[in-house]
Amino acid sequence: MKRKFYWIIPIFAVLFIWACSSDGDDTETPTDDVGMTDDDDGTSATFARGAMLANWADNIILPSYNAFLTDLEALKSDFGTFENDRSEANLVALRTAWITAYKSWQNISMFEIGPAEDNGLRLTINTYPTDVDLIESNITAGTYNFELSSNRDSRGFPALDYLLNGIADTDTDMVAVFTNAATGDGYVTYISDVINDIETRVTTVRNAWQNGYRATFVENDGSSATASVDRFVNDFIFYYEKFLRAGKMGIPLGVFSRTQAPNLVESFYYPQLSNELFLDGLTAVENFFNGVAFGTEDSGESLASYLVALGREDLRDDIQTQLNSARSAIVALEPFRTELETNNPAEAMFSAYDEVQAAVAMFKVDMVSAMSIAIDFVDADGD
Amino acid sequence: MKQIVQTYLSKKTEAATLAVFRILFGLMMVWSVIRFWYNGWIESLYLEPKFHFSYYGFEWVKPIGDWTYLLFILCGLAAILVTIGYKYRMAIIIFFLSFTYIELMDKTTYLNHYYFVSVLSFLLIFIPANAYFSLDAKWNAKKRFQFVPKWNVDAIKLLLAMVYIYAGLAKLNSDWLLEALPLKIWLPSKAHIPVIGEMMGYQWVHYAFSWFGALYDLTIPFFLLFKPTRWFAFFFVVVFHIMTGILFNIGMFPYIMIVSSLIFFSGGVHHRIVKFLANIFKINKSLFDNGVQFNLKPRFRKKLVYVVVTLFFVIQLLLPWRYLTYPGELFWTEEGYRFSWRVMLMEKAGYAQFKIVDGQSGAWFYVDNSDFLTPFQEKQMSFQPDFILEYAHYLKKHFESQGHKNIEIYVESQVTLNGRRSTDYIDPTVNLVGEKESFHHKKWIIPFKDEIKGI
Repeated sequence: MKRKFYWIIPIFAVLFIWACSSDGDDTETPTDDVGMTDDDDGTSATFARGAMLANWADNIILPSYNAFLTDLEALKSDFGTFENDRSEANLVALRTAWITAYKSWQNISMFEIGPAEDNGLRLTINTYPTDVDLIESNITAGTYNFELSSNRDSRGFPALDYLLNGIADTDTDMVAVFTNAATGDGYVTYISDVINDIETRVTTVRNAWQNGYRATFVENDGSSATASVDRFVNDFIFYYEKFLRAGKMGIPLGVFSRTQAPNLVESFYYPQLSNELFLDGLTAVENFFNGVAFGTEDSGESLASYLVALGREDLRDDIQTQLNSARSAIVALEPFRTELETNNPAEAMFSAYDEVQAAVAMFKVDMVSAMSIAIDFVDADGD
Repeated sequence: MKQIVQTYLSKKTEAATLAVFRILFGLMMVWSVIRFWYNGWIESLYLEPKFHFSYYGFEWVKPIGDWTYLLFILCGLAAILVTIGYKYRMAIIIFFLSFTYIELMDKTTYLNHYYFVSVLSFLLIFIPANAYFSLDAKWNAKKRFQFVPKWNVDAIKLLLAMVYIYAGLAKLNSDWLLEALPLKIWLPSKAHIPVIGEMMGYQWVHYAFSWFGALYDLTIPFFLLFKPTRWFAFFFVVVFHIMTGILFNIGMFPYIMIVSSLIFFSGGVHHRIVKFLANIFKINKSLFDNGVQFNLKPRFRKKLVYVVVTLFFVIQLLLPWRYLTYPGELFWTEEGYRFSWRVMLMEKAGYAQFKIVDGQSGAWFYVDNSDFLTPFQEKQMSFQPDFILEYAHYLKKHFESQGHKNIEIYVESQVTLNGRRSTDYIDPTVNLVGEKESFHHKKWIIPFKDEIKGI
């Protein structure tokens, strides 16, 4: 047996070499319909996922958290001014700081992974519509526990939206509520508690990133259902699909319920802001996709450059174009609440929604497939 | 002709071969069941989903609540009994039934290697794998045989050879051979694997893997059958399966195939393995070397076994070709795709939005799939037409029970196949409520826009 088996080695070797080398002719003609550009045989088309993770963490995620906390600090300071001097002018300044912070939140909302996920950050900070009755009864009671999930609808930015914009019809009337000798302090304290709650939670998450999670995130640079890239791309698409597309537009449009519901828009009491918040979220998505460092024009390794490394410029271009079309369509709209209240069906908003929708399949089907991203936490066997 | 068949059927071989196969197969199955449970898959795949996708005709097979655990216990215990060869016939029947029931509960989890286990355990029902080195044989001299009919061992070899060759034939298509797809998509994502990771981005590697894989599948059974090349072929079996095990998330499959390939060795090798085991467990091996040959006694029973096994192989031989009776590209429609050893052949993904329309008022809304399906189910559903139809019918029932009337269901779907840009998959103007599941071609699948040549 031993004596005989050597003669097969040359045969297998020849077959193997033949198998290796027989790609010569076929690779010369790139097939456009497959969308794959054939790389030069001499270069490896692997992509350093670790470098992309580092760019995400160091140039996008952490700077975004830091910028948000800076904006929140400004909100706190304007609140301090208002607390001591409850004038209309100070209310307007406080509202402006709230707008800035709320817009800044749109930059970090999508990072629901690791510490943010553990803390359920998005749900605790931006669940809308807010529950006005619950807020009022909390204020009347004077005690409330923001750790309870039952209080999810009475805190975060939507609660501030009500307290700073919806508590009365005019600024004069609002100031009257805050200066009411019997109940005014209750409202002001509540605003303070909501702001502090946001600050505590985001600070916890930011610190966790600084103290260890950043390393965990970047080092987990493999390719599996539990690897950082796979998990985060899932989270990223989930944000786009559920929170940007559905939450900010689809649900108020009644896409999933057949009834238009203007009361479900984000920033309901300050409706001119809803579209802007959407666009900020969209910008954050675009910048993340393109790997643009926060607050700059510079870009590093990203999903876009990953697609390029895989020879899929076509897909990168289509995604960028689609996100631009979505932006143009949204920019042309009246505030969502106005669109929904004046038109039924809100045709223009529906067609804008379709533009937003069109990118979902590009992310979820084409991009995920091109990158071999494992679908959400499914680590069942394949074959 | 009859003479040749009779002569072949009367040929004998060492029962030790079957004993080794039984023990190793049993151990693999015990390990599989434990692993499945340990990974929490009983909950996540069978208990947590609200809805399960059924095989056509097996809609009555469903997870049975907490009793599902009992089913796995039963399956695991049967596998232990098979391993030690105690009440073998009963054990292998229970194993076949419980394992197959588990697989039929939800087709989301369909894997060729699960199907392989079902099919193999069915075949084992008709093979006296307990004739040698088993508790049955140890405790009952009447069940103790040193030799078994040669066809018993050959049947297992034939099944394995069919798996390999059909898997190889399935690779003879233009995507696999000319474009190195889907390996060109999958391999570059494995760059982080030590040592070989760096190579995974080179195009020549994608082609080499593709061509070698096809060649391996098509030829390995012959190199295993041919004595002079056997050890060398086995070395390739081990290398090939370990390699795929490292690169892809395929669980137990590589080990099952490696262990199964041992069946190709001669009796001498298996006697040495049995001797090794006998020494460890202090079992008197010579007890089994009694020179007696197993022979199915009542002639009627013997004939029945011949008929069943022959039918089994005829079906196995024909089933992979059933796709030829359907129009359109197999990879796209997946009509006739399953149960045909089409392993790791395509990178396919899809997206499906279901639109529930009131046929009278025209009012409509979209379904949030995550309300009904797990991410895994949604993924599998979105590119397989039979899943899409079954889910649509489930949605109809669900929304009817909520008081909706005149329900029409349309699906807007996109699918990508082997890196092609996604295109529309299901005709969005077809009301799926009006379509029935059957073995007929599904006319509402939009034909594939490209062409894949080959088998």
